[in-house]
Amino acid sequence: MYRYDNHDQTLVDERVAQFRDQMRRYLEGKISEEEFLPIRVQNGLYVQRYAPMLRIAIPYGMLASYQLRKLGELAARYDRGYGHFTTRTNLQLNWPKLEDVPEMLAQLASVQMHSIQTSGNDIRNTTTDQFAGIAADEEVDPRPWCELIRQWSTFHPEFYYLPRKFKIAVTGAAEDRAAIQVHDIGLRLWRNDAGDVRVKVLVGGGLGRTPMIGETICEDLPWQHLLTYLEAVLRVYNQFGRRDNKFKARIKILTKALGIDEMRRRVEEEWAHLKDGAQTLNQQAIDDMAAHFVDPPRRKVDDAAIEAFEALRRDNRAFARFVTNNVTDHKVPGYKAVTLSLKRSGHSPGDVTSEQMAQIADLADEYSFGELRVTHEQNLVLSDVAVDRIEELWHKLEELRLANPTVGTLADLICCPGGDYCALANAKSIPVAQAIQERFDSLDFLYDLGPLDLNISGCMNACGHHHVGHIGILGVDKKGEEYYQISLGGSQGNESSLGKILGPSFFREDVPEVIDKVLQVYVGAREADETFIDTYRRIGLKPFKEHVYA
Amino acid sequence: MPEQTPQRPLIKERRLVEDAWVLQSDVDDEGANPVKPMTIVRLDVWLAAERRDDLAPWLPSDTQLDEDTVAALRDAPLIAIDFPKFTDGRGYSLARVLRERHGFKGEIRAVGDVLIDQLSYMARCGFDAFSLREDQVVEDALASLTVFSRHYQVSVDNPEPMFLRRQREARERQRETAVA
Ligand code: HEM
Ligand code: SF4
Repeated sequence: MYRYDNHDQTLVDERVAQFRDQMRRYLEGKISEEEFLPIRVQNGLYVQRYAPMLRIAIPYGMLASYQLRKLGELAARYDRGYGHFTTRTNLQLNWPKLEDVPEMLAQLASVQMHSIQTSGNDIRNTTTDQFAGIAADEEVDPRPWCELIRQWSTFHPEFYYLPRKFKIAVTGAAEDRAAIQVHDIGLRLWRNDAGDVRVKVLVGGGLGRTPMIGETICEDLPWQHLLTYLEAVLRVYNQFGRRDNKFKARIKILTKALGIDEMRRRVEEEWAHLKDGAQTLNQQAIDDMAAHFVDPPRRKVDDAAIEAFEALRRDNRAFARFVTNNVTDHKVPGYKAVTLSLKRSGHSPGDVTSEQMAQIADLADEYSFGELRVTHEQNLVLSDVAVDRIEELWHKLEELRLANPTVGTLADLICCPGGDYCALANAKSIPVAQAIQERFDSLDFLYDLGPLDLNISGCMNACGHHHVGHIGILGVDKKGEEYYQISLGGSQGNESSLGKILGPSFFREDVPEVIDKVLQVYVGAREADETFIDTYRRIGLKPFKEHVYA
Repeated sequence: MPEQTPQRPLIKERRLVEDAWVLQSDVDDEGANPVKPMTIVRLDVWLAAERRDDLAPWLPSDTQLDEDTVAALRDAPLIAIDFPKFTDGRGYSLARVLRERHGFKGEIRAVGDVLIDQLSYMARCGFDAFSLREDQVVEDALASLTVFSRHYQVSVDNPEPMFLRRQREARERQRETAVA
């Protein structure tokens, strides 16, 4: 975990004081609504359909138990006793009072947290692989780099009024679990033959109204130049990104309009002036950051314990289900990462109560060195659990209803807040998620379907990542009525692709039935162990379309 | 178009000062050949006019700082940068590039939709004068400039990024303990 030093703490404290004063001036009528808007959103404060909403940053998804406890307290004291984990690994509180927000921010600062730049046309919270630092397939631990980016981007004076928001995702593993191809900038850290860190830089990805896959602007940037290069990209975007139409303002539109080669030329021209400047990283800077992310004091887990774990897995079907779906291999033998599912029937995906937050914090202390991760699939991860303690942890998670053994299956769907909370929604999304979870609640069926991403957004802003769901559901509005459009074939990860629309949209009641028909086609057509997405890629959209609209 | 009426307060070097300049926002018939002294005119008008100590340019936010423009701007008595809307962030980059790349030492003045809550970012990017919108409270504006005591990233006001500052401070601490 990154721990604040005196500089970090002073900065967040000064930020709280600044916002307190801004809120005072707003409440005194000295700042207009329109002019207060960017100020409040730069501090994570939205005004939503029914109430304000506060979006709290969980930088690159890393969370300490004491921080989670504080989040639980805040939700209990200033909200309705629950919070919502988002696909950008932030936590949203849906019902705070406007005038309480400065005090909430002060409390967050007391546990080294903030809500800075969680919204607004600025550089947002950087996201990464939820298994950073523990993944078996990792080449470079992205966390120190993420923290360097966090610091560089926090209060960056030049980039506070960009044409539109700007999101950076980082991965250092063979498998991309951070969706770097659908971010404004995606960074893939890798090592060259000499063992030096290099950065592959993608630019111009994004979802929303005009989804696009990012393109490579630089294949092998030496690590020293990471910040100056980012600054060059941002400056080109700040200068040339469209400001006349907010739907065409993201860097993806600029990249498309210029073409990647011209974009690269402009960035390199800009970079030539910044390269080797004061912001060039040195080894000490990396080492200082890396010192915050040292391995926890893991013990040696002996072979007998590992064998006992495997034996239990063979003998106990329920345990085996949990392990297969919710437990992930670790770079250290004898340790595993355990995913806590925030998805179950009748529950809003990603929601956690204050009480659960406190309980989960206790489990993190007891089983995982007090550390947690938030995933962009809206689950939580205990990153360092010894295999001889997984059974015990599993029982406790069952009691808390956090052990639903469905991570990665259809039931583990991603869903935005939609019309129940969000002022921009065309349609509700949570009831659709719940109806699908209820309809497909047989574990055997879910397992038979295998890995399946179903993502739901309540409007084309795509907060629920519907474009990159194997099955995507999008709420649309037709003459004031809520309809749902289904798309197939999207995917995230190394082979990111955008889904194709199946056809005319459906009433909400019909969505589970339509999903069922889609699944029937897959089950009928699949060969051997073929996954849904592979079958789709082989047979295409047509058979699905024919069956659904038959 | 930046608007300027006499009551716009001018903050310079963190103080409220008298504004000796008049900003001419429109390019009207006079604009083609400006004669009034102490006037700030749009860049293209300024470029077309003769260089004078009492005539200064204001840059629209979409200005491209090409070589010829930069060469001409070296002689400007001050450079104003327009914020047509406070949410238009291009002026921040313009100011930084003028200061850091082209070494412009004179006054860089923010004009247009200049509001209190953007001043600290503007100052960090190299603005040293702010022609505040009429309705802004000067005391609050002055206070806003001193909100942050330190910075993570390099900008005009801060040549040392936080990671280097930490390294320097660590060395200093080491030296102190060595002496003690
Ligand atoms: C409830 C209030 C929310 C509002 C008003 C809101 C607003 C928006 C808007 C306007 C966009 C489109 C931006 C664009 O296309 O340029 C967007 C995209 C997005 N938001 Fe939200 N959002 C909300 C909640 C959420 C939640 C809960 C999540 C996570 C679960 C989230 C994560 C994202 C992501 C990942 C995108 C799409 C990625 C991209 O644009 O490239 N947002 N949001
Ligand atoms: S996708 Fe649309 S409805 Fe859903 S949270 Fe985002 S803006 Fe709101």
